[in-house]
Amino acid sequence: MRRYIVGRLLLMIPTLIGVAILTFVIMRAVPGDIVALRYAGSNVPQEIIDQERHILGLDKPMWAQFADWMSSISRFDLGQSLWTGHSVVDEVQVRMPLSIELAVLATLFAVALAIPLGVMAAVKQDTWLDYAIRIFSIGGLAMPSFWIGIMMVLVTLTLWGWAPPLVFTSFFEDPVANLAQLVLPAIAVGYRYSAVSMRMTRSTVLEVLREDYVRTARAKGLRETLVVVRHALRNALLPVVTVVSLEFAFLIGGLVVTEQVFNLNGIGKLLVDAVAHRDYPLIQALVLLLATVFVLVNFVVDMVYVVLDPRIRYS
Amino acid sequence: MVAVLRSRIAPVLVLALVLAACAQQTAKPATTVTPSVAGGEKPISGGTLTFIVNAEPPSYDGHRETTFALLHPIAPHYSLLYKFDPSDLTKVIPDVAAEQPTVSADKTTVTVKLRQDVKFHDGTGMTSEDIKATYDKIIFPPTGVLSPRAGAYAVVSAVNATDKYTVEFKLKYPSASFLTNLASPWNFIYSAAKLKTDIHFYEKNIMGTGPFLYDGNTKGQDWKGKKNPDYFGKDKDGTKLPYLDAYKALIITDANAGVTAIRSKQAMIEFRGFTPSQRDDLSRSLPNDLAIQEAPWICVNYIVPNTTKKPFDDPRVRRALSLAVDRWGGGEALSKTTIVKDVGGLMRPKGPFAMSDADLAKISGFGKDAAANKTAAKALLAAAGVPNLSFKFLNRNITTPYEPVAVYLINEWKSVGITATHDVKETSAYQADLRAGTFEVALDFNCDFLDEPDLQLAKFWSASKAGKGLNFAYYDDTKLDGLIDAQSRETDPAKRLALVGDIQRYAMDEMAYQYPVLWWYRIIPYLSVVRGWKIGSNHYTNQDLTTVWLAKK
Amino acid sequence: MAPRPGTERASSAEEIAKRRYFESTGRRRFLRFWTEFIRRRPLGTAGAVLIIVMLLAAAFADVVAPYDPTAINFSDLLKPPGTDHLLGADNFGRDVFSRVIFGSRTALLVGFSASLVGCTLGLVLGVAGAYLGGRTDQIIQRLMDVLLSFPLIVIAIAVVAALGAGEDKIVNVIAAITVPIIPRVARVVRSSALSIVQMPYIEATRSVGAGPIRIMFRHIAPNVFAPYLIMLTAFLGQAILLEASLSFLGLGVFEPTPSWGLMLRGAGMQFLEQAPWLAIAPGVAISMAVFGFNLFGDSLRDALDPRLRMG
Repeated sequence: MRRYIVGRLLLMIPTLIGVAILTFVIMRAVPGDIVALRYAGSNVPQEIIDQERHILGLDKPMWAQFADWMSSISRFDLGQSLWTGHSVVDEVQVRMPLSIELAVLATLFAVALAIPLGVMAAVKQDTWLDYAIRIFSIGGLAMPSFWIGIMMVLVTLTLWGWAPPLVFTSFFEDPVANLAQLVLPAIAVGYRYSAVSMRMTRSTVLEVLREDYVRTARAKGLRETLVVVRHALRNALLPVVTVVSLEFAFLIGGLVVTEQVFNLNGIGKLLVDAVAHRDYPLIQALVLLLATVFVLVNFVVDMVYVVLDPRIRYS
Repeated sequence: MVAVLRSRIAPVLVLALVLAACAQQTAKPATTVTPSVAGGEKPISGGTLTFIVNAEPPSYDGHRETTFALLHPIAPHYSLLYKFDPSDLTKVIPDVAAEQPTVSADKTTVTVKLRQDVKFHDGTGMTSEDIKATYDKIIFPPTGVLSPRAGAYAVVSAVNATDKYTVEFKLKYPSASFLTNLASPWNFIYSAAKLKTDIHFYEKNIMGTGPFLYDGNTKGQDWKGKKNPDYFGKDKDGTKLPYLDAYKALIITDANAGVTAIRSKQAMIEFRGFTPSQRDDLSRSLPNDLAIQEAPWICVNYIVPNTTKKPFDDPRVRRALSLAVDRWGGGEALSKTTIVKDVGGLMRPKGPFAMSDADLAKISGFGKDAAANKTAAKALLAAAGVPNLSFKFLNRNITTPYEPVAVYLINEWKSVGITATHDVKETSAYQADLRAGTFEVALDFNCDFLDEPDLQLAKFWSASKAGKGLNFAYYDDTKLDGLIDAQSRETDPAKRLALVGDIQRYAMDEMAYQYPVLWWYRIIPYLSVVRGWKIGSNHYTNQDLTTVWLAKK
Repeated sequence: MAPRPGTERASSAEEIAKRRYFESTGRRRFLRFWTEFIRRRPLGTAGAVLIIVMLLAAAFADVVAPYDPTAINFSDLLKPPGTDHLLGADNFGRDVFSRVIFGSRTALLVGFSASLVGCTLGLVLGVAGAYLGGRTDQIIQRLMDVLLSFPLIVIAIAVVAALGAGEDKIVNVIAAITVPIIPRVARVVRSSALSIVQMPYIEATRSVGAGPIRIMFRHIAPNVFAPYLIMLTAFLGQAILLEASLSFLGLGVFEPTPSWGLMLRGAGMQFLEQAPWLAIAPGVAISMAVFGFNLFGDSLRDALDPRLRMG
């Protein structure tokens, strides 16, 4: 087991190196650069553009730029944003708490909705309850979360002239202001993600309920609730955990549109801006960061597998 | 539709805050709307202004950047040598200068006397050395320092500090635009001492002489300033300026979120502009709390055919592209849904250098008989041998107003048998295409802080010479260069106006190199507690917030 | 059902007769399956009806749509729904109904191709990884991790900004949407397949000499068909929405091409209060499509799964 864990951790390194190389190459293959963008629409002569490219080191050959980046990373220096000139760490630090909190809230909401509803739908398969739950859950997929967000804001605005605060306050400073800002977006996003998990729960519970061991449990005269919770749910959780955890990692950097609608100062918006600006150091650092979060979550999921599914054994 | 709009705005009019509907009807110049300033109310000191900025400033150095997103949050920390009068935005008034400049008889020496009571935020007094250091950095940037607008001061040969409070600009030749360029909103006065220790100091630090002290910022979220108790400015009653205790700029990139911010009263104003529908949504939901100011805007979209690509090397084809577009009809319809409105040439319509409608109508594509124009366009295309012209139309991925303008153009071109495929790219990829010349026809844009031919004609210089990196039609034309140069040196206003007229006829009609679609129209709906701010024809000047105040509820 | 090439000529009359027989029983079974489906699964049937309606709309758009979807008519600017414009007119006076009808083409093309290709590749990689295990599995997993941990926007930019987007390059847009689907499906399929690989009957099949390809696709793949179908139908809707987000970023299809996503995200949001029909029409269309595919997919899964049928 220990060997598996160490091996698994070591395997993250090639993944991250792969991500680093790919990001670097991709971003430089894409047309456009930060300097032309910075002076878009203003009467800036070509010399200024060339000069700034030189200052930023963008006129160096690609291999040299890559070598520079790799050597600074090995010194744990992520560099500076080309756009603001501030260190990448500073830029990310400001946005991270909000993004993590939103991802946690949305996941909690999604799971709290998905698992009970999914189990209920499976147990009451093909009844009106099943239908109602399924329609409700597909509703989450059918309505884009930015649309749900805009609608929620429109409703609170029309009824009370109120909209969530536009400025982030730390939960530890003022929990009310903090939640006032994040609850609506968490619901908008969570509803959507609950849909996938709910359907996955329903489908796996349905399958597990037909398994021999569940039948045996039933035959032994165990109470239905106990059968469902103890036996069916435990085994049905496997794919659900996969979906939920993958989405969690995705939520941290992937809430671009929702962040825009609620004007949340998060990682997703930072990444989109960085990509639009062609701010290479920032993009590279962010993609690497998100990839690290992702492989770590993955690792944890694999560990959870071992705990949840007695059929899987790692040697 | 216009009637509907007017009736919706009517309640606001009753509040004597808005003349938007009138502006729409009579189309007077920028200064039709005079809300609080002319209201004769006495300004009240105190309060915090919250306003929206659409983007985060890159560096903090005004000399280096070109985006308004820097000016709105940062301009209140700084002073300029001269500035535009907040109550009459066509007039230049002294800021840290003590009086209007004096010009020598041969018009090549400009002398500026400075105020002696100006202090930097660190307490040091401002002297002519600071002005010299500031303008040297702008006009003669040392290696490694970027000054994108240095070209606008090419006429200056030297800046001298003749005594502690006098600065002298030596010019190579008389220049028509130099004096107004001293009021450029970008030319923040910096401290010579700070620049001496680190010429890049101002990229990451704030230290000016302006009405507000820097009070912190959160990246991607907000920017705060508080009243500078040592600010030199006073109003005509002797009250110390600024009136506001503090301001807070909220960075809100999404347009819907911006409207929400004002509607929920988390922000009071956004200084760039909203669309007509956003204005109407706000005035419907805040009937008692909203004021609106509107003005023509020194911003315009150009159709730019790449003259190095066939068949756009043929002036007939380029003229046909312009003739196919019914600008008058389009302006009327598009102004109801987006921020474009007036038909004009290369200079802002209704501005000081604008052509008369009669003169304008003589230029291909600017006449009012749309049907005749389209027939002429078809004939030209046939004569040029491309009756079924088709091309890719490069555009950037910004909705307002680029998308509606392009959709309209594509439809107009279709009506004369031209097939244009909309090719939308992210701004940086779009810029890359423009600069590399890898496009057929593009929708370009230009925004300036001043009605000034030197600025608005900068895109028209020969592409391989002064227009390098600016002229995306990629033509070289020594005749046009000569004309642009001549108007720049012409100090007689009437003669200059005539020259600018010749340039427009030549560039837009005879050669049809590149030409405007429609000029933009600025609409600012804001909470009516905000007083003392007046809309101008640009979103760059008048942002130091000295005279802005908040009414008591 | 088409005969494999090369076998046609060789077949004797007897064989042809035999094939006819099987085909006809196949047809009968097919019919019986669907009658059963319609009888027992009302939600799934409703979904199927929605899909058929959409397919018909896309196929006969020219006939169904009363107007040219790109024709500007400023005299009908923002006209509310009425007799001349069934679903109203947009900010250019274009007929919203016609744009929704033509928009179904873009939506179906992008949605179908992206989710079908993405899910199928994901299925193949997921099953292969689970069954083959060892080094192959590791490599596949690491590759999937790299793709998964890549933010969507970066992938989209990589594919579309470098290769181009727009009406004539819609393949690139589809590719940009497909890439992120693959690893997501592969992960889920792999996790389901892992438990099947350990089942005794797989071992049994192997011992009677079945090759890995046969085992993977005849024995494992059908058993992970449930999550596959769920993901397929779920991603169909996602793909349509994703196309909207990409178009909004300038990386998808552009105006004036009618596209539901563009209509909803662009003018739909801008004129939400003034002209809500601009958002409602494409919004309902997207929702109906997503509902249709999901309901149908779920019910199909229930109907096909042999274990569920037993119960």
